[in-house]
Amino acid sequence: MKIEILGTGCAKCKALEEVTKQAVAQLGGFHQVVKVDDIMEIMKYNVVSTPALVVDGIVKSTGKLLSETEVLEMLKAN
Amino acid sequence: MFDWWEKLSGTITFELVGLVPKSQIGEAVHFFLFDTLKIFILLITIIFAVSFLRTYFNTEKVRVYLQGKSEFSGNVLASLFGIITPFCSCSAIPLFLGFLQARIPMGITFSFLISAPLNNEVAIALLFGLFGWKITAIYIGFGLVVAILGGYIIGKMKLEQYILIPVTPMQGELEDVKIELSAAQRAKEAWDYTTDIFKKIYLYVFIGVGIGAFIHGFVPAEFIAKYAGGDAWYAVPLAVLLGIPMYSNAAGVLPLVDVLTSKGMMLGTALAFMMSITALSLPEAMILKRILHVKLIAIFFGIVGFGILLVGYVFNYIL
Repeated sequence: MKIEILGTGCAKCKALEEVTKQAVAQLGGFHQVVKVDDIMEIMKYNVVSTPALVVDGIVKSTGKLLSETEVLEMLKAN
Repeated sequence: MFDWWEKLSGTITFELVGLVPKSQIGEAVHFFLFDTLKIFILLITIIFAVSFLRTYFNTEKVRVYLQGKSEFSGNVLASLFGIITPFCSCSAIPLFLGFLQARIPMGITFSFLISAPLNNEVAIALLFGLFGWKITAIYIGFGLVVAILGGYIIGKMKLEQYILIPVTPMQGELEDVKIELSAAQRAKEAWDYTTDIFKKIYLYVFIGVGIGAFIHGFVPAEFIAKYAGGDAWYAVPLAVLLGIPMYSNAAGVLPLVDVLTSKGMMLGTALAFMMSITALSLPEAMILKRILHVKLIAIFFGIVGFGILLVGYVFNYIL
């Protein structure tokens, strides 16, 4: 899976990146986690509230800091 | 609504603790007990209700609704959406650029940017709890007027050249980002959000009510009326200026304003102060500086500040 965290560098965005990394570690297997800081790239996903979580190019959540369990569920559902 | 707690907190203060009714310390302690619990209950209920409703709206949806709306009616809609949409000033940049990208005029974007923080859930909950529904309605109503007209005027001034990052307008219509949630998930999300906010602000409420209780018990009304309340012409502008650096402290400041008004501070001055605290935020200005020229931010603050000033003067005059 390719997991992207969209955010321009606010505290919540960094927190979501950490949470996602932990969730991926729990899930196991090889997955790519990318933090997207560039506002132009972020806008390509039609997202206007950050942080957002994108899995394999599909926006899963916008504008909130998810918990580890929530991220894990979203990744498993994929 | 809180009569039971008024009586109970009175019993605790005057019978269990044994303070003398009508004494300064007795009044202050009774006020502190009564106010903190009342505010905490209201904050939790209102923030939970608001954030539950808000799980049905997000900024992405608002952008889809606003796309292609004409001026003025767009300003009105954007200001109304500002009430029900969750907004964090850390999202100001993607919001601003994202709206422009969707060919939403800049003035309409500003209407949203003024209305959203003005109608934040903490301010609404506290206003409702401390001042009652009438003042809350006046605050929201005139806040909307400032947001609609402020955005409309900025739009008419044609200031697009002060946007520092070039935005390519997208072609065609936007698609809604679809995220499905069950009612239980929404409730959980709203509850998490509520506890999160509560943890951030409860200390401010304690301090604010504490100082308020002290004033309530020990400072005579004539003193407040003379220094903070009077009808001096500079009371309103001073209130607006003082409100700008206080954004994160709305939770602590509002209980204080409540006590000050009950002791003679004029309501228009108090309203202007509250609006300035929420609508003019220094951290948001710093964030916007990365994409907007200082001139545009200054005009934005100037117009909103002027609008708030007018609201303050009008209310001091009629109430």
